[in-house]
Amino acid sequence: MKSAVVLLPGLNRDRDMIAALTKISGQAPATVWQTDTEIPDVDLIAIPGGFSFGDYLRCGAIAARMPVMRAVAEKAAKGVTVIGVCNGFQILVEAGLLPGALMRNASLKFVCRQVKLEIANANTMFTRGYQPGQVIRSPVAHHDGNYFADAETLARLEGEGQVVFRYAENTNPNGSINDIAGIVNDKGNVLGLMPHPENLIEAAHGGEDGRALFQSALGIAA
Amino acid sequence: MKARITVTLKNGVLDPQGKAIEHALSGLGFDGVGQVRQGKVFDIELAGTDKAKAEADLKAMCDKLLANTVIENYAVEIA
Repeated sequence: MKSAVVLLPGLNRDRDMIAALTKISGQAPATVWQTDTEIPDVDLIAIPGGFSFGDYLRCGAIAARMPVMRAVAEKAAKGVTVIGVCNGFQILVEAGLLPGALMRNASLKFVCRQVKLEIANANTMFTRGYQPGQVIRSPVAHHDGNYFADAETLARLEGEGQVVFRYAENTNPNGSINDIAGIVNDKGNVLGLMPHPENLIEAAHGGEDGRALFQSALGIAA
Repeated sequence: MKARITVTLKNGVLDPQGKAIEHALSGLGFDGVGQVRQGKVFDIELAGTDKAKAEADLKAMCDKLLANTVIENYAVEIA
């Protein structure tokens, strides 16, 4: 299965994402730069974490307006799988590919720790490798992960099963509404999440809890 | 032409930074400080003299980049 990783100035988790995709899919992902207007034919596009454009204006705001994001939007509209992690989630929200907004953590503090995630919907292309309600571990590292959506949007997300990951066991690190950690778009092919599943895919990481997410998205049997 | 754009959080959107500032002001001994909401100001210089076009452009800038209308309102003033 072929994948591509979007590169933008200020991202710093790109190598982690490339390593995870290489190890799980068996081949190195293509990389696309911010000014690229075309993305090669791939099954999955990943937008890694970091601090694109120094988080100026709003996290992800400048990145979301770069040419490469128009190409990502075109691919997403054609049904290509897209995953945005951390800053990648913020970029997808700013680009309008996912609803809502990610605001400053309620504590005002940068959080870097491990949290528990409940699989809120195991019937998505990203979570079919997990059991419904299963609780997994994942690292988080962010300052602006406080998910917000207006009441109407929130009701739709909850009603349509678009909330995919929820902070579990009182580990919500950022004040996110309804403990939301990750959501999918209405078509179900675009996922954004604040936690870093790419940092928990092999024994050397201390566990493989994040591995099934990428296997599911890539259509690789566990 | 010079313009000023003010971006503020919508009512009902939690503003933890505003809250922290509110507490800090109280801590400095300013009595009677009510709710504080933090926003952003952009001073923008524009070529041209057509005020109506400038206003339309500035609003488009807000919608496309300067404000996140999911959580923020904006106001445009032209000097």
